[in-house]
Amino acid sequence: MSTDVQRAARRRQAGAVGPAIKWILLGVGVVVALVPFIWMVSGAFRSESDLFHNPASLIPTSITLHGFEGVWQELPFLRLLLNTVIFAGVTTLACLLFDSMCAYALARLRFRGRSIAFVLVIATLMVPFQVTLIPVFIELFHLNWLNTYQGLIIPRATSAFGIFLLRQFFISIPTELDEAARIDGAGHWRIYWQVILPLSKPALATVALLNFMNLWNDLLWPLVVTTSPDMRTLPAGLTLFGGEHITDHAVLLAGATISLLPLAIAFFLAQRYFVAGVATTGLK
Amino acid sequence: MAPSLAILGVFVIWPILVSFWYSLHNWTIGATDEPWVGFGNYVTLAKDPQFWNALGNTLVFTVASVVALVILGFLAASALTSEGLASRIVRSTFFFPTIVSLTSIGLVWKFLLDPDIGFVGGITQFFGAEPIDWLQSTSLALPAVIFVDVWKNVGFTMIIFLAGLKGVPQERYEAARLDGANNRQLVQYITIPSIRPTLLFATMILTIQSLQVFDLVYVMTGGGPLFKTDTLVTLIFRDGFVNFQTGYASAISWVLFAVIMAISGVLLRVFRYNDVD
Repeated sequence: MSTDVQRAARRRQAGAVGPAIKWILLGVGVVVALVPFIWMVSGAFRSESDLFHNPASLIPTSITLHGFEGVWQELPFLRLLLNTVIFAGVTTLACLLFDSMCAYALARLRFRGRSIAFVLVIATLMVPFQVTLIPVFIELFHLNWLNTYQGLIIPRATSAFGIFLLRQFFISIPTELDEAARIDGAGHWRIYWQVILPLSKPALATVALLNFMNLWNDLLWPLVVTTSPDMRTLPAGLTLFGGEHITDHAVLLAGATISLLPLAIAFFLAQRYFVAGVATTGLK
Repeated sequence: MAPSLAILGVFVIWPILVSFWYSLHNWTIGATDEPWVGFGNYVTLAKDPQFWNALGNTLVFTVASVVALVILGFLAASALTSEGLASRIVRSTFFFPTIVSLTSIGLVWKFLLDPDIGFVGGITQFFGAEPIDWLQSTSLALPAVIFVDVWKNVGFTMIIFLAGLKGVPQERYEAARLDGANNRQLVQYITIPSIRPTLLFATMILTIQSLQVFDLVYVMTGGGPLFKTDTLVTLIFRDGFVNFQTGYASAISWVLFAVIMAISGVLLRVFRYNDVD
């Protein structure tokens, strides 16, 4: 009897210790996850001598804005930002349009070669991007499209992954809806535009968000197809200037902070879509 | 559909074929002729210490980061299945680095690990030790890059495992508990077998991405010191777009493709062999 009580008490103790250890470890994890970001933002406001004299500090001894001023003076920062917005924004919109059109054709139209088209789309997913990089670079060179927006955007304006994801979603929409629309006299364009697309908003949001994030963050592609500093995007520009003259750390940290800001805001507003997108596709 | 297929055709499918064609030629951009060398580039590769070095680093990077990510991601997901406020906040915090560009992360960590101004060095000094120059050290640079990769992707892996864990029917746990199973047995005999598809999915995705590692290495070390962090893709980039040895770089990219296919095949095999149900 007494041993039972003791055992129960011990179990209760163990039950309390387990979660305590768990939350301590999670707390350590949160600190490790957050400290680099805190250091990045605070570093953007610190002077070079402050960084050298107090490397163990997470907060500026005195706040200076020279990092943010330097970003505008030492880098073509406005141009980099504008390029990134155009590249990520236009490409995402084009992807949404082209991917959904292609997905509609694969999900709803009956034509010869449909299954071959679908297999081709899926097959491109298996080949790593680096295999096509060199030939695409040479194609763009012959087209005179290096260092242009069309060179940055058009080769990326459709994604096999988006087509696949949207096709799966379109197939799950009951065809009775199409038939009802057809009886009312709608053609394929109207069915696509007024029936399928409005019903697919969650899938479109996921595809848009993941695409935008990937393009905004992409380094290798803009690095390869642009050589002039005026056509670079933020990641490529920051890498280049970081490699050339790290005379002032605060400038680069300020640049990194600003380039992170739009995605951070999107994350706080639409975290659900990010998580749902990543959980279902494994894409990031 | 036409626009998509046109783009995929011109900028993906055709280049795949052309890339293989290039890899059979000794072609340097600017050279007057491009002689056919058959599999000559691949033979040169097999004798090239730079290539074996890059392949070795890529494999070490992949194995170390995938193992660490699967373990840590699984632990974090198991610890954070509840929908309570604390759990949700911790999950968001862990996930946040996923959305940030590898460029920003590489840059920040490069500075954090700097022995003069970095926070990591500062903490080391605070405890009375000499700060370490991680990224200039031939033995510590690769582990440092692996650490940053794991740091970035733990939250991503956690999210995939959380989706898998949600799909495990609670009755299985209850039945096992009635049979007297302890916590470790629950994990070993219920959780892991139940989420095997998720485990395979996470391992595959992480492996394929790790084999293609470029951004972090390029930003943090540029492949150095002494090529100790050079990977297959940084090698492709250097040979293809700095030295303009188009044929040779194409051959490396096909080796990368072959490695990805081979390892994916092995993973599929391994996970199917454990199939008990």
